[in-house]
Amino acid sequence: MKKTTLLSTQHLALLTLALLAMCFAPALLKTYGLYLLTLWLVYVIAAMGLNLTVGYAGLKSLCHAGFMGVGAYTVAIMMKAGISFWIASPMAIVICFALGLVIGFPALRVQLHYLGFATLGFNLLLVLFFRNEEWLTGGTFGIQNIKRPDFFGVSLESNTSFYFLVLAITVIFGVLLALLLRSPWGRAFAALRDNPIRAESTGVNITAYTLMSFAIGAAYAGIAGALFAPLVNFIEPAPFGISNSLLFLMMVVIGGSGRFYGPVLGAAIALLLPEYLRFLKDWYLAVFGFTAVAMMIWLPGGLLSMKEAWQLSQAKRAAGQKQIAEVAAAATAKGATA
Amino acid sequence: MSILSVRDIKKIYGAIQAVGGVSFDVEPGEILGVIGPNGSGKTTLFNSILGQIKPDAGKVEFEGKDISGGSPLELSRLGVGRTFQNLQVFGKLSLRDNLILAAQEHTGTFWGRMFASPDNGFADRAQEMLDLFRLNHVADLPAGSLSYGQQKLVDIAMAFMPKPRLVLLDEPCAGVNPSLVDGLRELLVELNKKQGGSFIVIEHNMDFIMKLCHRVVCMVEGKVLAVGKPEEIQGNRAVLEAYLGN
Repeated sequence: MKKTTLLSTQHLALLTLALLAMCFAPALLKTYGLYLLTLWLVYVIAAMGLNLTVGYAGLKSLCHAGFMGVGAYTVAIMMKAGISFWIASPMAIVICFALGLVIGFPALRVQLHYLGFATLGFNLLLVLFFRNEEWLTGGTFGIQNIKRPDFFGVSLESNTSFYFLVLAITVIFGVLLALLLRSPWGRAFAALRDNPIRAESTGVNITAYTLMSFAIGAAYAGIAGALFAPLVNFIEPAPFGISNSLLFLMMVVIGGSGRFYGPVLGAAIALLLPEYLRFLKDWYLAVFGFTAVAMMIWLPGGLLSMKEAWQLSQAKRAAGQKQIAEVAAAATAKGATA
Repeated sequence: MSILSVRDIKKIYGAIQAVGGVSFDVEPGEILGVIGPNGSGKTTLFNSILGQIKPDAGKVEFEGKDISGGSPLELSRLGVGRTFQNLQVFGKLSLRDNLILAAQEHTGTFWGRMFASPDNGFADRAQEMLDLFRLNHVADLPAGSLSYGQQKLVDIAMAFMPKPRLVLLDEPCAGVNPSLVDGLRELLVELNKKQGGSFIVIEHNMDFIMKLCHRVVCMVEGKVLAVGKPEEIQGNRAVLEAYLGN
């Protein structure tokens, strides 16, 4: 019987190498490079949550940036009130989890693009709240001078130390998600995505798993927002709008929806590719857009499906050649008998 | 006491009466066949019993408990399994994961399963089913990559994974290679003996149903035409007319 292990030796070696590279990266990067790397980690956390909702549980969500905004504003408001980051950030997770439960309820009644629009509307409501409730959120002026936290008396104010905090939290939340997906819950989420009717008839409580997939996904956006606020020191409603919700969805889809490392790759592409294309000046966003379209045409399963897509194309080619050979052999045989 | 008691189930779609007052009992350990021409209401009856659709009238009791209008989830937790007429496996999950999934929600609590081992204690049971259904060689392939016949077997194996006390099988032979039908029948007989429980089987393959079932219900136009032992049904003039015409 097949024994399941958490990680293969090769997988573990690659992860260790990647982690070591991440630990040494600050020594090689300038301020902006380190900022981008930290922002990428923040986006990875948020995209991991969306991957659970969209990729593993198969639900549509277009309000992820809104949840991230709730996390960011919770931390910013609480820290401004003198409450520690270490209390504010769990609060951000709890509030986003609760909001995720609330937005999960429409998912019990509507599906596919209807659910997408319902969540889109929710994101719009959140942005309106951030913009209009000036007494709490600062409105369009936002909240400024959000300090970075201390950790047992050690200041994390510097870019490098804050980067290591974000890296540690990314690893912790990555491991938690991996454990969740490896548990019976992970299999139940996949069942919900593949065939909810059959899932229910095997005893899977699709109501509970639907709500949990939204709530946990939102909680990940919450912690991402909680890290985003002290990273940029200033928040206002714009980064939490619909366009960034679409960007998060793009990260999940481009990387590989329902694949654990999909968001890691997707966030890197969505964040870094436009930066590397800046030499194209006015054309860089257009080229980025065309690249994304091309990826979706040739790799609809995301970049991590490349190996399978290649194997499939090889199999099709082999099958086509076999068919041609058979037709040619039949024609030859027919010619010989004629 | 009957394990399942179906009383006067009715289901109407617009002007069409799909099921018009069907009643029957299933005894513990019994294999009951349900036959009838296409459109006779067999699958609608199944779905009404299993909570997949809401019947307009009637009562269903499982082990003396009224389960009328119960959801598929509740029935599954009570110990009622089913297979589907069309393939309903989880294509992206491995065959082994399909089997474990079919049982994992039947033990422990919802929150407890979050911290449970990946197989939730069902690895041995899944292996037992893989051996029984001779699917060991494809156990770790995605279920969607298997042949139609193999997926059909997976669907049946999934229904039996949590050791249900009643299993409803909707056309288990449909799409299965005829050379494998006898094997499937022997498998179901073995499961009935080893695992116990009662089965209700909808099937068009008369040879399969007559050799497998202890009793057969024949439905025509949403109503029960005849109930009896296979040999009685085979000799029933009304049943023959319903199938072959006058």
